[in-house]
Amino acid sequence: MIRFEQLSVTYEGSAEPALHGVDLTVPEGELCLLVGPSGVGKSTLLGTVSGLVPHFTGGTLTGRVTVAGRDTRTHRPRELADIVGSVGQDPLAHFVTDTVEDELAYGMESLGLPPGTMRRRVEETLDLLGLNELRDRPIATLSGGQRQRVAIGSVLTPHPRLLVLDEPTSALDPGAAEEVLAVLQRLVHDLGTTVLLAEHRLERVVQYADRVLLLPGRGRRARLAEPAEAMADSPVRPPVVELGALAGWTPLPLSVRDARRAAGPLRERLAVRAPRETEVPGTRETAGATEGVSLRYGSVEALHRLDFTVRRGEAVALMGRNGAGKSSLLGTLVGLHAPTRGTVSVGGGAPHRTPPAKLLRRVGLVPQEPRDLLCADTVAAECTAADADAGAAPGSCRALVTRLLPEVPDGTHPRDLSEGQRLALALAVVLTARPPLLLLDEPTRGLDYAAKARLVAVLRELTAEGHALVLATHDVELAAEVAHRVVIVAQGEIVADGATAEVVTSSPSFAPQVAKVLAPRPWLTVPQVRAALADAP
Amino acid sequence: MAHHPELPRTQGRSAAAERPGTDRGVRARLRAPTANRTTSLHPGAWWLWALGLATAASRTTNPLLLALLVAVAGYVVAARRSDAPWARSYGAFLKLGLLVLGIRMVFAFFLGSPIPGTHVLVTLPEVPLPDWAQGVRLGGRVTAEGLLFALYDALKLATLLICVGAANALANPARLLKSLPGALYEAGVAVVVAMTFAPNLIADVRRLRTARRLRGRRDRGVRAVLSVGLPVLEGALERSVGLAAAMDARGYGRTADVGPALRRTTALLTLGGLLGVCIGTYALLAAEGAAFGTPLLLAGVATALAGLRIGGRRTVRTRYRPERWGLRAWSVSASGVAVAALMVLAGSTHPDALHPPAVPLTAPPLPLWPAAAVLLGLLPAVVAPAQPRTPAASEPPAPVPRQTARLRPALWATAGQPGGVDVHQEPAAGAEAPRTPGGGARLSGYGRPGSHPAQHGKEPRQ
Repeated sequence: MIRFEQLSVTYEGSAEPALHGVDLTVPEGELCLLVGPSGVGKSTLLGTVSGLVPHFTGGTLTGRVTVAGRDTRTHRPRELADIVGSVGQDPLAHFVTDTVEDELAYGMESLGLPPGTMRRRVEETLDLLGLNELRDRPIATLSGGQRQRVAIGSVLTPHPRLLVLDEPTSALDPGAAEEVLAVLQRLVHDLGTTVLLAEHRLERVVQYADRVLLLPGRGRRARLAEPAEAMADSPVRPPVVELGALAGWTPLPLSVRDARRAAGPLRERLAVRAPRETEVPGTRETAGATEGVSLRYGSVEALHRLDFTVRRGEAVALMGRNGAGKSSLLGTLVGLHAPTRGTVSVGGGAPHRTPPAKLLRRVGLVPQEPRDLLCADTVAAECTAADADAGAAPGSCRALVTRLLPEVPDGTHPRDLSEGQRLALALAVVLTARPPLLLLDEPTRGLDYAAKARLVAVLRELTAEGHALVLATHDVELAAEVAHRVVIVAQGEIVADGATAEVVTSSPSFAPQVAKVLAPRPWLTVPQVRAALADAP
Repeated sequence: MAHHPELPRTQGRSAAAERPGTDRGVRARLRAPTANRTTSLHPGAWWLWALGLATAASRTTNPLLLALLVAVAGYVVAARRSDAPWARSYGAFLKLGLLVLGIRMVFAFFLGSPIPGTHVLVTLPEVPLPDWAQGVRLGGRVTAEGLLFALYDALKLATLLICVGAANALANPARLLKSLPGALYEAGVAVVVAMTFAPNLIADVRRLRTARRLRGRRDRGVRAVLSVGLPVLEGALERSVGLAAAMDARGYGRTADVGPALRRTTALLTLGGLLGVCIGTYALLAAEGAAFGTPLLLAGVATALAGLRIGGRRTVRTRYRPERWGLRAWSVSASGVAVAALMVLAGSTHPDALHPPAVPLTAPPLPLWPAAAVLLGLLPAVVAPAQPRTPAASEPPAPVPRQTARLRPALWATAGQPGGVDVHQEPAAGAEAPRTPGGGARLSGYGRPGSHPAQHGKEPRQ
């Protein structure tokens, strides 16, 4: 279906090629997962398939990519539109029209399909993706998962033989991600569509993959392999695979189900042990609290009489579906929204009445898009600005950056940093003012496992130093590793609040993979298991 | 047997109820349907209706008639507008109308007016102006007549604006542009894309100002707004490049192979037509040549249209569910045209009532039949398809499954137990909890072969 022949891509102005020597063939009718650490050229590889690289991005492509027999060098993306459907990382950037139904029809209109066919396919796709109730809705009013489904639907209607998706589930809550993956699964099984997708959250997708296209980076060659075999030497692996590797299972399990079958002996070995208790802070002082807080935007009540407290030295994970009120709660704690009723207190004052310059030293928020926070042209200038904003001694921000990002030189433009590096820089900027309460909104979006592990280490250090952390996240693995407490929010109300082990294990959607494998024992993460096994005689 | 006599009667009643053509059948057919993609009115009909009202407004300065026009437009908007983002523009147009009114009154107050009047309200100190500014006055007497004249005049302008606002609120602009001929398609897309960009820009500005606040800087004031300008532009540029890539990847700009002869004919017709239009217009405007001006103009328009039509053949595009112009569209546009036509007619029969004099000061009369004519504009409030008013349509978050409410007891019940909970052996928690995250419709039966027939697969691939 896709044939890469000695493919190398070099972007203008960069010394090294973004991709080098890719030579393989993706067979038809398979769900092929593209795996690799961040910055290894996954998006570039996907771009070469849809023809956007190099026709839109510039750069030099050597070698050849053939999709269903068409050479992407001689065919522009629009001439591949009938065989390749591609959706980028941000579905909003993909929409041309303003309502769901028009969006589904757009691609077919461009291809000039007859009206009767278009009508029939739109109806079929609405059913296939469960979008019928949304057909007349303006796209701007849809939630994240709905948008992703509309984006997939909009490239499905021309019946492409190949679907190319870049991180389709990264921004979604676990439930919405399952929806999208279920759709992909059906496309592959029922329609024989070939799907090529890149995803950082391997724990969500690897068990569905028929093949894995591994881009190991560091000069090693790309190769196509069976998922279990590829996972064995992949630099990025989901927790279930890590657990399998730790326990020495062969073949490596890819799904919770496989792992549970093999996990009998491990469960027995662990039966006599209990996970090392994470220190739940005792009666430390309150870092931030809301009391009966309601927040309204127009007719939508984002928060409803919500009581929430976070103490110093404690990490709390806020979970819940997209639009449940997590970001609204963070915004209220950092004074962006004045509550419609109820009181908020952070560091002894109401945050929305505290001037920003003063509030900075009480509470800091790293927003969902860390880039928003960065305004200077270089890392060094960013640090100087942060010192000035926070009134900290010159050099304090730079010291933090050096600790979080040892390898980044001063002169780098923040835009050229990778997603994880940018997050670290934003975190350093916020930490410069040393706020006792630190809020993070979706910190692991776009991070690979290595970057996530570094983030986890940093966050642990911060709580040990007495910072209070609140993380709004869909990432159950992150919550399991960092949080002492998990709070589940739905419709602006808290529906569950308790110690991480208790809350996440009582709900399959929020349980980390290790917990599912080793249930009923409350093991949550691979490091916990590793530590317990290391202690064993 | 005792019931037998009743039998025919009941049968007769039910038959009458079901028979079409009876009272209920007719009423049911006449009642406006709920608007959806199939039944919704052609946006052109809304524009014709609104332009009809606007034409009527331009023919009168009678404040009572103008107020009636505003009321008619407002009522129809209130009755038939949707919850879509563009429908909210009506409020903006109302405010714009009031602003125009305010500005006109302020000018009339300070710059005086040429209307002679006897009722002096206040005398402002007059600023002496040099000779070259003759005819302009600054300050001086402010008369009630002058202000009244300005009010009538401004009211007319405000009514025009409000009529346009009504059309904007009622008709989806994107759908209107979709009705453009194929050769103008690109221009239509450009406008639609620009329209969807504006809300994104506003959202960007808001996000970046928030970020400024998070850095401990002031988020109000001119400097704060200016400092986000550059990143916002940068973001807009990035987004437009992204959109261009997405559009290209979806087949935008695919063209059919047409012969060079056809291409040349298209160019010739379009250029020739435009030239004809230019010369014709010039001839019409110039003193001499009115004789050949009109035919030349018409011929030019016809040629240009033919050029556009042939040019449309180069695009391979087809149209998904083009707007249909049905009986309801006819009646909506006809009501607007009727209001306009009757008001033009009234201009010759009731010239005084339509233009009540400001001097001397009198209460404006309400001419009866022109007022009745204006009321014809209410027809769309009955005829046009009604919008479904569902709370779900106006609120962005997806509907929440009912299980949420039940999660809490389940969670508490299980979370309280020592030693954690086994989700895999606890059917209560297992059955309810997975539905909690992610709202909206969910695919059921995924992974069960045969539970969903592959409707998709029946069609031969292109």
